[in-house]
Amino acid sequence: MKTKLCLMAGAAIAVAFAGGCKPKGAQTVISGDAASKVYVAPGQHDEFYSIVSGGFNGQMSVVGLPSGRVLKILPVFSVHPENGWGFSEESKPMLNTSHGFIPWDDLHHIAISTTNAEHDARWAFGNANNTPRIARVDLTTFKTVEIIEIPNSGGNHSSPFITENTEYVIAGTRFSVPTGDDKDRDVAIDTYKENFRGTISFISVDKEHGDMDIAFQLEAPPFNFDLARAGKKKSHGWFFFSTYNTEMAHTLLEVNASQKDKDFIMAVNWKKAEEYIAAGKGKKVPVKYAHNKWDESTHTATSSIRTEVLSLNPRDFKDIVYFIPCPKSPHGTDTDPTGEYIIGSGKLAAIIPVFSFTKMIAAIENEDFEGNIDGMPVLKYESVLHGEVEKPGLGPLHTEFDGKGFAYTSMFVSSEIVKWNIETLEVVDRVPTFYSVGHLSIPGGPTGKPHGKYMVAYNKITKDRYLPTGPELAHSAQLYDISGDKMQLLLDFPTIGEPHYAEAFPASLIKDKQVKFYKLEENNHPHVLKGIKDARVERDGNKVHIYLTSIRSNFRPDNIEGIKVGDEVYFHMTNLEQDWDVPHGLAIKGANTAELLVMPGETATLKWTPDRVGIFPFYCTDFCSALHQEMQGYIRISPAGSNTPLKFSTGAAE
Amino acid sequence: MSQSNRLLALIAALLMIFAYFTPLWQISLWAPQYPEGLNMKIWIDQLSGDVAIINGVNHYIGMKHIGVEMFPEFTYLIYVFGFIIVFGILTAIIAKRWALYTFFGMIILLGIGVLTDMYLWGYDYGHNLDQTAAIKVPGMAYQPPLIGYKELLNFIAYSGPDTGGWILGVSALLLTFAVFTELRKKKKSIAI
Repeated sequence: MKTKLCLMAGAAIAVAFAGGCKPKGAQTVISGDAASKVYVAPGQHDEFYSIVSGGFNGQMSVVGLPSGRVLKILPVFSVHPENGWGFSEESKPMLNTSHGFIPWDDLHHIAISTTNAEHDARWAFGNANNTPRIARVDLTTFKTVEIIEIPNSGGNHSSPFITENTEYVIAGTRFSVPTGDDKDRDVAIDTYKENFRGTISFISVDKEHGDMDIAFQLEAPPFNFDLARAGKKKSHGWFFFSTYNTEMAHTLLEVNASQKDKDFIMAVNWKKAEEYIAAGKGKKVPVKYAHNKWDESTHTATSSIRTEVLSLNPRDFKDIVYFIPCPKSPHGTDTDPTGEYIIGSGKLAAIIPVFSFTKMIAAIENEDFEGNIDGMPVLKYESVLHGEVEKPGLGPLHTEFDGKGFAYTSMFVSSEIVKWNIETLEVVDRVPTFYSVGHLSIPGGPTGKPHGKYMVAYNKITKDRYLPTGPELAHSAQLYDISGDKMQLLLDFPTIGEPHYAEAFPASLIKDKQVKFYKLEENNHPHVLKGIKDARVERDGNKVHIYLTSIRSNFRPDNIEGIKVGDEVYFHMTNLEQDWDVPHGLAIKGANTAELLVMPGETATLKWTPDRVGIFPFYCTDFCSALHQEMQGYIRISPAGSNTPLKFSTGAAE
Repeated sequence: MSQSNRLLALIAALLMIFAYFTPLWQISLWAPQYPEGLNMKIWIDQLSGDVAIINGVNHYIGMKHIGVEMFPEFTYLIYVFGFIIVFGILTAIIAKRWALYTFFGMIILLGIGVLTDMYLWGYDYGHNLDQTAAIKVPGMAYQPPLIGYKELLNFIAYSGPDTGGWILGVSALLLTFAVFTELRKKKKSIAI
């Protein structure tokens, strides 16, 4: 009894002491002037655009910083009934793949185009993680204009990272998979080591127009490729990929891929690879992948299936691929703004290794190797190492930079951000995040020119940060002021989907280049109407084409008869407005697709197969004017085989 | 007619050539929904600017569609201007006082004519509205101001000269000065 009391007293004391050491909550972290630092007055604009990945919603969000306001949800890999993306006849081909139409994907990372390692913000690239693809978004229209599928890949996670002049956007496979023809791919899973390949795709980007093309694929060992960064400035011409599961396990990876003390950062000399490809050393490999492009002139996407890709086996050339040992399943690999330092974040490691590009080149020249993988050299850890950041925290994932010589690393397990000096490797500050931070984003952070003013932490766990909304909660982001010596938490803001990475850049780069509407005279859609006089209905067998115009606030025609059950009805709607911010919508009762949302000067097509006899109303869904509620029409559907004459009109006198 | 006044007449005539390359008049509209404003420019033979958008807005109140084809002025104003310019150049060459006075008179008449014409068109557009218009405000007319600002429902309308109009004004001022000095000289010579 006595001992029990003693124990309880001891426990109480322990709790009391522990309480004294308990980290402070967010309330005390906020200092007085935080509100004014994120306050963007009504009518004022944010200083930065942030393009935020939507994760499992397959989209991107456009967020203003420092306010954290969501400006737009931009559909990329997922259908978006809100504006007809993936439902209109014109946009369906954008979601075509070698597997057919896919209405969803998981978008993890964003890359904003750069010139000379600085943001030019012409395009945003995003990856489809599940059915491997890369999308390109035009930042003058905030529209997905190109999607290219990545063959020989399974899980496009190490993607879409870009070289300093956007020469290439890369796609490294997370899952290694067997490649080749049917019999090469129909193999036992336990033949992983012999038959599986980890491909890295280099997708060239047209300097002028941004058009993508798979230039070549590197056939790397069957590791899991996690993340990547291009070298920049002095290390331009190299690419660094983090790898895990170098154990090459194919089952229970949680245990089997965590056995080795060190995995690798794979350094790729892509300039060399480029030379070999130019010299005709690539091998043509049969594949099947879709390449989808949006045409701004016809307002229509086309999808073509490609059947060949150039493959380069780095085992045949000793100077393309080198492996840098990196502790414990590295997740992020990041290059600092000078291009000299490569930071590997071993998610299970107790330190953060910082590698030196100069030392790496010297080690390669001196053949300072500790072994090889299929003949590709493994460099000595110590020869490449600049130094290790001691006791940074637990679970380092990603590192961004402020351009003032400091790095910021997210710590998932200890739920904090650690600021450290890249040269001296000293930890200079740390702040808690709420909770379990994944990626960090500093405007310009991954480029050669960071704007070290703000930092956003994208957290994986939300818990009590907002008013609760049942079991599923909004993912929380946190904005920090990093202009001073100490990081300062300014703002919590909820996000859409599950953001992984985001990139931010000064609004001034693109703000004045925005397309406000499409010029009607430049609209080359095959079913465009240039004015109300052309509005009409045409029958072609069981297909009926309704050439519809919309302008405030009427549809022409708005009374249509002579359509029969089972007909395929195509509404080709042209929005005749030539003014900013006047989209018109189109919704038809019973249509099992979605609405159309048509921008001024654009033409879009909605397909509808009426399933029953009756009068079907249609209306404009976007509040366009004081008489928006009058913007409507009727379609009469007669029985199949009936003789109701085709008739259409607008505004016939009562 | 003095040498300097001959030069002034020539400059005034040549300045009028700008009327062919610059807009003469402008009408602007602002509303809560159009903080950036809508602007229509009137040239010697055409309209430019946000005419389509203004028409779109005007159709709610039943105002007639504004189009170049509706104004015969656009077909003959180029000749009227041409005639006056040629006359002005001739004035400088022949250097006769009566010619200067006639040139001056023509410009003044042109100004009065154009303003009257604009007023009449404005009256017509503002009053003769489609009876089936969606928005009907009893007693409300939508005649734009001839010069200056005016409030019309949710819009503030402005009407005033554009570049070419101001240049024409300078022409008129130069001629006014020339006519004035010629008249004084004549008085003096009569007094002597």
